[in-house]
Amino acid sequence: MTETTLHSLQGDQDPSSPGRDIWDQFKTHRGAVLGLGFFIFIILAVAFGPYLWGLDAQFIDIRARNQGPSLLHPLGTDQLGRDTLARLLVGGRVSLSVGIVAMVLSLFLGTLIGVVAGFFSWIDGLLMRLTDLFLALPLLPLLLVIIMLFRDTLRTAFGPETGIFILIVFVIGITSWMQAARIVRGDVLALKEQEFVLASRSVGTPSRRMITRHILPNILSPILVSATLGIANAIITESVLSFLGLGFPSDFPTWGRLLFDSTDYLQQYPERVIWPGLAISLTVLSVNYIGDGLRDALDPRIRGR
Amino acid sequence: MKALLLGAAAIMAMASPTLAERGSDGELKIIYWQAPSTMNPYLSGGTKELEAASLVLEPLARYDEGGNMVAWLAEDIPTVGNGGVSADLKTITWKLKEGLLWSDGSKVTADDAVFTWKYCSHPEGGCAQSEKYNDVTNVEALDALTVKVTFGVSKPFPYGPFVGAQAPLLQAAQFADCLGTKAPECTDANFGPIGTGAYKVTEFRPNDVISLAANTHYRDPAKPAFATVTFKGGGDAAAAGRSVLETGEFDYAWNMQLAPEVLAGMQAGGKGETVSAFGTLVERIMINMTNPDPALGDERATAKHPHPFLSDINVRKALSMAIDRDLLVEIGYGDTGKPSCNVLPAPEIYKSTANDGCLVQDVEGAKKLLTEAGWVPGADGIRQKDGVRLSLLFQSSTNAVRQDFQALIKQWWGDIGVETELRNIDASVFFGGDPGSPDTFQKFFADVEMYANNFDGTDPESYMANWECKQAPRPETQWQGNNMPRYCSEDYDALVAEMAKTGDLQERARLAKAMNDKLMQEYIILPLVDRGRVSARSNALGGVVMNAWDSELWNAADWYRVK
Repeated sequence: MTETTLHSLQGDQDPSSPGRDIWDQFKTHRGAVLGLGFFIFIILAVAFGPYLWGLDAQFIDIRARNQGPSLLHPLGTDQLGRDTLARLLVGGRVSLSVGIVAMVLSLFLGTLIGVVAGFFSWIDGLLMRLTDLFLALPLLPLLLVIIMLFRDTLRTAFGPETGIFILIVFVIGITSWMQAARIVRGDVLALKEQEFVLASRSVGTPSRRMITRHILPNILSPILVSATLGIANAIITESVLSFLGLGFPSDFPTWGRLLFDSTDYLQQYPERVIWPGLAISLTVLSVNYIGDGLRDALDPRIRGR
Repeated sequence: MKALLLGAAAIMAMASPTLAERGSDGELKIIYWQAPSTMNPYLSGGTKELEAASLVLEPLARYDEGGNMVAWLAEDIPTVGNGGVSADLKTITWKLKEGLLWSDGSKVTADDAVFTWKYCSHPEGGCAQSEKYNDVTNVEALDALTVKVTFGVSKPFPYGPFVGAQAPLLQAAQFADCLGTKAPECTDANFGPIGTGAYKVTEFRPNDVISLAANTHYRDPAKPAFATVTFKGGGDAAAAGRSVLETGEFDYAWNMQLAPEVLAGMQAGGKGETVSAFGTLVERIMINMTNPDPALGDERATAKHPHPFLSDINVRKALSMAIDRDLLVEIGYGDTGKPSCNVLPAPEIYKSTANDGCLVQDVEGAKKLLTEAGWVPGADGIRQKDGVRLSLLFQSSTNAVRQDFQALIKQWWGDIGVETELRNIDASVFFGGDPGSPDTFQKFFADVEMYANNFDGTDPESYMANWECKQAPRPETQWQGNNMPRYCSEDYDALVAEMAKTGDLQERARLAKAMNDKLMQEYIILPLVDRGRVSARSNALGGVVMNAWDSELWNAADWYRVK
């Protein structure tokens, strides 16, 4: 884990490495370990599953529609005879990649703005008002408008699926960085007054190095925690959009779309709602547990207790 | 079906003596899962707007459930026999019922009819129902209650103007300042038109809820039975069906476009039942004959730029051959649909049999046809010719059955080497007719689109006139018009003109069939399924008579609470 290098700056009296410490602490959080295991499992499944499971998620076999679980279709088929397992695996790819990419984007923005606002007090007011402004933006209506405005342009530039992917990731990214920015700014403000920062300033360290070597490593814990929460949030937002029938084309499976398609059949075939619903909930839950465990593990005051 | 109507009639006969008082039955709750965006039927081609407006605005005559014309605001139906239609078929004289009042208490006069014609035929306005007023040269008021409509040609079927839910009367006083380009700006009038119907608008929230109250000036003092109507719009077909058939929250739900098995499951709830009637509703794929490429800017999807590959008839024909219509019916509609090869499937005398070959899917034939026309598969399996790939954008409204159809059709087209991208748009937007939105079915910024449409009444003249050149939606008409494919053929326009002056019924049938066959054999429209209208009513709502030939709410004044 990357924490190894970052924490070594504070000087270690302990013979064991800090990465090891964190891992030891992380291990004591049962939920987090289970969550991590499940998350890795899901990632492996959606990354390699479609190759191993040979059926095409979009192939319609109309004779085999509305089937229950069988050896050929372990999770059954939908109303057009598409294999539910294949759709779940492919759908997870989209949902997870939207989640992870949108999280990276929002984290980058949030950290950048938070650190700049916290470190340079002259621009603090401006950036924080900007943050307030973004906090006040309602996400869903904004998404609807943006999709309507830019869909055609992006579609011609990148094709329908990639175009919508970029659009959704971008919009989720730029509308969810605010919490991270606020937390980061708060931590930076506190850190800035600490002795080791004053000391390094007194020897003439330039701001850029100060941020990269002293500030960033110390605010890693809130950043990582909001990262995990951000993934969960983005997965849910994508599901909401697909559930509303927006976003990706209707035959392109994502977890939210599977859920949306199945709601009409809720009474006849409840399992069709349960599988994608379970996948979304468990992934979000596992990511939240990982975040919880990481927060405990990265906080030196809790660690070792 | 017949038993259902008889049953409904029997219930009405039994219950009518008890309906003595206006407004005694409380609130009527109607749910339309596509929300109306205006109450002015002249500004929208959508069925939901027409039907919502039919609660308030009424025509001079309309069609009953058997497709027969009944006098509504008029005393009787003018015919040549009773002297109402002139012998040369060029004028028709309507006599209004006496003592009719608008919901604001003022008198309904012949001037209102004259104004309505002026409103819809204004050269600068984009009137969505202009084909109803085709060939009208003058409308004049002979006296306070007599309207004379003069046609430029002899009109064997002169019942276009002021007949049916598409051509109701507007109040001249209210819309006086809303002519031409100002029509869409008169928000108050468009959202709350003053009408003669059983109900009047008390609050209109576009794309959401319409609140109506009983019209105190309605001509029958005992009607309507309900004091208020809540007309909820939006949601989806499944939720709407459930709210009537399973939970009983609503009394009437429109357009139960749900998979047959889903509908059967809901009816088991026992709170209501579906009512259906077969009319002229055809689920069809429209082919865009113009190029919707966004790079063309303001000229996209206009006649200036023909479509790069759909203008080749072989491509259109192959697309049609690849579709298995029987399977679509089985999956999407069950007993409430039948495969159709005609865009004009009823009444019987207008039904062509020349196109029935489309009932058989022929994938190999389609492939052969494309290959012979020079479209050969490229490295990715998609056919191409001179650098043009057969790659389509296929749009429709958001609806589970439509998305299933889209997915199936995409696969079939994939089999013959045509790439398809699917897009679904919220129904309220798609059918909303808002010239500001790029996603309406009129703008048709896609290569093919699927929806259903029909005509009210039994005479197909104005319906078939939908595909005249001048009906094409374009910027000059504020994107109004019914010729979605932007089909333009002099021969076709000539047939329309000929029908407009032909009186003999058999000859009219021949012309209507010829127009239908022309559209079918040029593959401008690919009909898929002839759909029955299916709606759901609660067991607590009486008086519903399902009508496939006019607005479903045509007799809402007679509806009552079953106690």
